Amino acid sequence: MAVQEFISPTSLSEAQQAVSDGAVSSWLAGGTDLLVGIRLGARDPARVVDLKQIPELTAIEIDDASVRIGAAASAFDVLHNSDVPSLFPGLAEALDLIGSTQIQGRCSAGGNLCNASPAADSIPALIANGAQCRILGPDGERMLAVEDFVVGPNQNALAPGELLVELILPRPTAGTSDSYLRLTPRTEMDIAVAGAGVSITVDESGNCAAARVAIGAVAPTALLVDAAAEALVGSQLDQAAIDAAVEAVRAAAAPISDKRGTAEYRTHVVGVLVTRALAKAQDRITEARS
Amino acid sequence: MNKPLNKMAVQATINGESTAFLCSPGQVLAEVLRDELELIGTKIGCNTGDCGACSVLVDDRLVCSCLVLAAEVEGKSVQTVEGVANGGELHPVQQKLLEHGGLQCGICTPGVVIAAKALLEHNPDPTEEQARYWLAGNLCRCTGYDKIIRAVLDAAKTMRGEAA
Amino acid sequence: MNAYQEFRMIGSRPVRPDGLDKVTGRARYGADLNMQGQLYGHVVRSPHAHAVIRSIDCSKALAMEGVLAVMTGQDLVEPGNQMLGSGEGAMALKDVVPMVMSQGKVLFHSQAVAAVAATSPELAAQAAQAVEVVYDVLPAVTDVHKALAADAPILHDDRFPDGYPEEPTNLATHISLTVGDPDAAFEKAEVVIEQNYSVPMCHQGYIEPHACVARADAAGRVELWCCTQGHFTVRHYTSAVTGIDLGKIKVTASEIGGGFGGKTTVYLEPLAVILAQKSGRPVKMVMDRGDVFRATGPAPGAETKVKLGATRDGKLIAADVECLMDSGAYNGNPAGIPAFMATACYKLTDARSTGRSVYTNKPKIHAYRAPSIPQVTLGFELAITELAAELGMDPIEFRLLNAVEEGDANMMGAPYNRIGLRECLEVARNHAHYKSAVAEGAGRGVAMGYWINAGMQSSATLNVIADGHVAILTGSPDIGGSRASMALMASEVLGIPFEHIHPKVAATDAVGHTDLTGGSRTTLATGQAVIQAAEQCVAEMCRRAAAEWDVEAGVVTWSQGAAHYGDQSLTFEELASRAGAMGGPLTFSSSLTSTSTAPGFGVHICDAEVDKETGRTTITRYTAIQDAGKAIHPDYVEGQMQGGAVQGIGWALNEEYLYNADGVLENPGFLDYRIPVASDLPFIDAVIVEVPNPLHPFGVKGVGEVPIVPPMPAIAEAVYQSTGVRFRDLPLNPPKIVAALASN
Repeated sequence: MAVQEFISPTSLSEAQQAVSDGAVSSWLAGGTDLLVGIRLGARDPARVVDLKQIPELTAIEIDDASVRIGAAASAFDVLHNSDVPSLFPGLAEALDLIGSTQIQGRCSAGGNLCNASPAADSIPALIANGAQCRILGPDGERMLAVEDFVVGPNQNALAPGELLVELILPRPTAGTSDSYLRLTPRTEMDIAVAGAGVSITVDESGNCAAARVAIGAVAPTALLVDAAAEALVGSQLDQAAIDAAVEAVRAAAAPISDKRGTAEYRTHVVGVLVTRALAKAQDRITEARS
Repeated sequence: MNKPLNKMAVQATINGESTAFLCSPGQVLAEVLRDELELIGTKIGCNTGDCGACSVLVDDRLVCSCLVLAAEVEGKSVQTVEGVANGGELHPVQQKLLEHGGLQCGICTPGVVIAAKALLEHNPDPTEEQARYWLAGNLCRCTGYDKIIRAVLDAAKTMRGEAA
Repeated sequence: MNAYQEFRMIGSRPVRPDGLDKVTGRARYGADLNMQGQLYGHVVRSPHAHAVIRSIDCSKALAMEGVLAVMTGQDLVEPGNQMLGSGEGAMALKDVVPMVMSQGKVLFHSQAVAAVAATSPELAAQAAQAVEVVYDVLPAVTDVHKALAADAPILHDDRFPDGYPEEPTNLATHISLTVGDPDAAFEKAEVVIEQNYSVPMCHQGYIEPHACVARADAAGRVELWCCTQGHFTVRHYTSAVTGIDLGKIKVTASEIGGGFGGKTTVYLEPLAVILAQKSGRPVKMVMDRGDVFRATGPAPGAETKVKLGATRDGKLIAADVECLMDSGAYNGNPAGIPAFMATACYKLTDARSTGRSVYTNKPKIHAYRAPSIPQVTLGFELAITELAAELGMDPIEFRLLNAVEEGDANMMGAPYNRIGLRECLEVARNHAHYKSAVAEGAGRGVAMGYWINAGMQSSATLNVIADGHVAILTGSPDIGGSRASMALMASEVLGIPFEHIHPKVAATDAVGHTDLTGGSRTTLATGQAVIQAAEQCVAEMCRRAAAEWDVEAGVVTWSQGAAHYGDQSLTFEELASRAGAMGGPLTFSSSLTSTSTAPGFGVHICDAEVDKETGRTTITRYTAIQDAGKAIHPDYVEGQMQGGAVQGIGWALNEEYLYNADGVLENPGFLDYRIPVASDLPFIDAVIVEVPNPLHPFGVKGVGEVPIVPPMPAIAEAVYQSTGVRFRDLPLNPPKIVAALASN
């Protein structure tokens, strides 16, 4: 069947109203996954509900405590926001790796998250930054950590009628920075064979005070690897600590072999990426202090 | 199972002209541009956003028109390759592509013109690397990109008013 | 000696005549024409890679409102053994028909089995789903070695390769050639190396999918508009596949969005014609991108065993090459070319060369830029490099010692005329790239390439317009700037401005027969027809001027666009404007079978850096050097060299057809079939060497195919130099490199 109906609500309540009859509907943010899915026959919604006319869904708001990114805000808008790329350079790196300039003009962090690909670039970066999902449904609002939002390959935690409104990232504290790296055979236009997002806090004495390490494309969902963070926290980010963190992510990784890479390769390279991402985040912290 | 005639009326500005068209709710912009509005300069190479041949600007934003629903452009402004030249005067990107031989078969050229124009509006003085990354979504199988990148960098120079 | 020694226009870089339409979006490609009242065709494709079709029931589809025609393979001719000529080797009709539509048996996934025509694309797609096909599914085999195993499923039980007993086999062809006594030569060799190399199946990757529109009238005449490298070939093949008289078919070539050999046959065109005949309405068909990958002819994967023998002082004295090639489901004849041409760059009087091809459950392979040569050259050139290293010699010096020159023969027997391989090697040796130090961590590779270069049939018609402009009609689809070359050549001969010449690609009913744009033949052969037509024009204008002046024609000279005798002159414009009074319209045609070809050679230098932890390879510097004979429009010669080099880079690093166990292609799109993108590459330095072809009036040699030949061995060597690990199996993707580095 083809799409029978296109609706463009202008408020959250209209959006909820639009799907209240239970017809098979798809939320449309940037459409870069949804429309491909429809074209290739993987998705078949009778109704498409465009979210981009709802102000909350495309807003990017920053206050003293947090940064809120509307679920349908395009990667291009996030990347060209005056503050977000400097607050979260790793998240910016992740969004800048999704598809082409053309794709980034449309795709959104929220859509990338809802599509829930194991290889999604923005998800490890969001997890590393402790992002929370604000979800609105028929029964009201709830919050969910990004690492809990994806429940399986291309499966998210949204119940029927629920909508991801925005992503809320706590503002990084002093001495904190992030980084995201992925491996693809080409420089661009590829799906991650493995990805690694890290966020670390380093105090004045070089001690790692906090860390979050997330990996992508090496398991059915992106993973937050607590053991890797534990290996880093309290260390001087010395070789031994980094080796332990790498060992932890390789232990956590449970990849498959497919057309994009072997399981052995993915397990190996995700460790390389974590090492390099940590170095990059550390450099950013040092640079900010100097 | 016959498809119902379920058409939507959309009003948009296409290449500067106020335009109304009918589309089905699931129809993509590339298809409407080509089949309804006869703007065949927008090419379809993959229909999945991987080749960039269908690049257009929607409210000055570079997108693949195969990944935009036609209904989404209601009230918006769309520019296709047909709207890039100013009357008889070519845009510097078009002119430099011709001068550098930056096309062979030419099927990717409309997308390259649109994407490069967007680049230079966004960044008037791109490095070679920036130009290559911005245009990474515009596949060309003929040229190896060499003369395309040279043409785009030269067009940037012209637009900045520097001698070639 | 070339007829023309000095040039006014040749070698300049004017803006191509078709350029304006292409940068403004006006140019019409295959999918850009719509006909009044047209229907949309949709192909029903097999979900199985190997099956017998038990039945096809189209009745439900045909009963749908808006569905006006259905067809199956039974609507095509039943092919016998007749051969169809083509630009790049003859094809048997029985190998062409099933690539259009299966007749009873399915031999690869997504093979066409039926088609429908309906009033909208969506409806046609729905109707295709309503076609009921019952299959008896058979086991599929996609690997050449498994296909040759005793227990393999047999694809064709009625085909037996020459020289073999009539027993079921998937061996398609076997060809073996020997010159001299290679066994004795190996006995004398002081250094012998023997290695195996492999290259995967890949696709031409043109950006424009196949597309056409057809209409038929009540008198049985058929018109086709399509994107093709050869509309005369489309006419010929469509006639052969449908049984419609050749004379009743007219084909117009649209602009073409890339082909590289892949658009030298028919897929949709005969289907659109039959659906148009059945429905009485025009039918448009556009292939889906996934089906382009799944169901059109890719380039064969190949394994090559190379054994070389040399003396200690660096003379190559013996070679033995065995190439095993994947033909796909039907016979694409991939094995002959490598057997004949594997050793073509080297002075070898004692050599053996063997080619075999094998049927597998994949689409029948088709031409891709220098068909089959890059595959065998990976092995041969890498073996040469390994041999040079073994001898402790510089790879260019070793090649210079052994490279062919005028008078040497290759395995096809005939000695070379004036070729430019040594000149290319000398340019490479002295190039700043080769003299520069290799960056820390990077490596450098060098390799050579050869292509025979085709001649074949071409036609041109030149019509002089009353204001002194000229229209030139040729039958060669312009795939990369050939109209600019044709206009330059005509301008050179006629002496009138380039801008006054208007080249067109004419339909099959408007110009003489012309073979397809392929084999690197168009600038040479169609150009020759243009030159001859222009020379006829000059001769006639001189004759008319002589009549006007009442002198012998022989005393009138032509220069700078005018006839001269003494202090009298008549310009091209004057003769054009007075044509009616001076003897009638000025129109000239030339048709020829060109025998003026000369082979092409090139040398590439590649620097690459491998990230030893991730296995990613970055091409850091690349130089392509090639003998073009004479570059007519240097931009488009360089463009061929750069584009061919980058196709080779893609094939070397990441491009590869990946099939699952059921014979289903796993990467049928540009996301996972990874052709290079702009950010993957450096500038490609193209250096044109000009050693004129003595057989051509301007000295032209074909240039299109050679540049895809050297990249794979050059890159493989650069990766070896960067990593210290020898890779002989492509592609050199990151997992493969990391695994190899780990095991070393």
